[in-house]
Amino acid sequence: MNAMRAPTTPRHRRRTQLLVLIAIATQVAGNVFLSHGMRRAGAILSASPLDYIRAINPWTLAGVCALAIWMVTDLALLSRADLSFVLPVIATSFVLIALVGHFVLSERISGLRWMGILLISFGVLLAETTPDRTTRRQGESP
Amino acid sequence: MIAIQWRLVALTSICNTFGDVLNTAGMKREPEVEKLGLCSLIRMLSRIVRNPLVIGGVAVLTAGFFAMASLLSIANVSFSVPATAISYVFETLLAKYILKEDVGMRRWGAATLVACGVVLLQW
Repeated sequence: MNAMRAPTTPRHRRRTQLLVLIAIATQVAGNVFLSHGMRRAGAILSASPLDYIRAINPWTLAGVCALAIWMVTDLALLSRADLSFVLPVIATSFVLIALVGHFVLSERISGLRWMGILLISFGVLLAETTPDRTTRRQGESP
Repeated sequence: MIAIQWRLVALTSICNTFGDVLNTAGMKREPEVEKLGLCSLIRMLSRIVRNPLVIGGVAVLTAGFFAMASLLSIANVSFSVPATAISYVFETLLAKYILKEDVGMRRWGAATLVACGVVLLQW
């Protein structure tokens, strides 16, 4: 089960990276659309999912669709790569959301927030230096 | 109200952690998604609806989504998001000991840097 010995080819890695890109893009788009749509819908303070029906508008629908694609992509990604690899790499979406806020929506980014962006970016780069998969699948020969 | 906030933080973090671990454990039992086309993804979906680990994982993540929504309704996002960033470290811990992934120094470093970065992003 020791993993750093599990085989991953460059082709496998490229396809995993493509899935990572799709997951990041759909997560960023989903969160931005959903956030925009929920703000237009007004405050909803309820534990019942039924109360969220009145928040349905084109923006929330687009957000939910994007997040549904993200969920499917994330599951496909987890069939190919380790959780401890996927987690930090997908965190790129936090950086993108902050940068979209700064450069598109003209939101101010403080020094501490730039530091956070740097730390996450270093974390992503560090995770990228490890193999995407370190465990063997059921029935896979050593 | 503060006690409720921290309970929701704990619930959100626990749901995210166990939801991701269940999904990963379930997907490791499935054939690897080789091709990235629509047909391949539909085939994957038709298989995982019979996979109890993935069904459980998605259900737990859904509970976590509503716990986070409730938390956001009574607390600022600047409190909610960093408070739940600890789940990056918990998930890496469970990936090592339950999923038996080889988590070396670089992956620990990556998880720690990302968790600290998420906390700083809120200022």
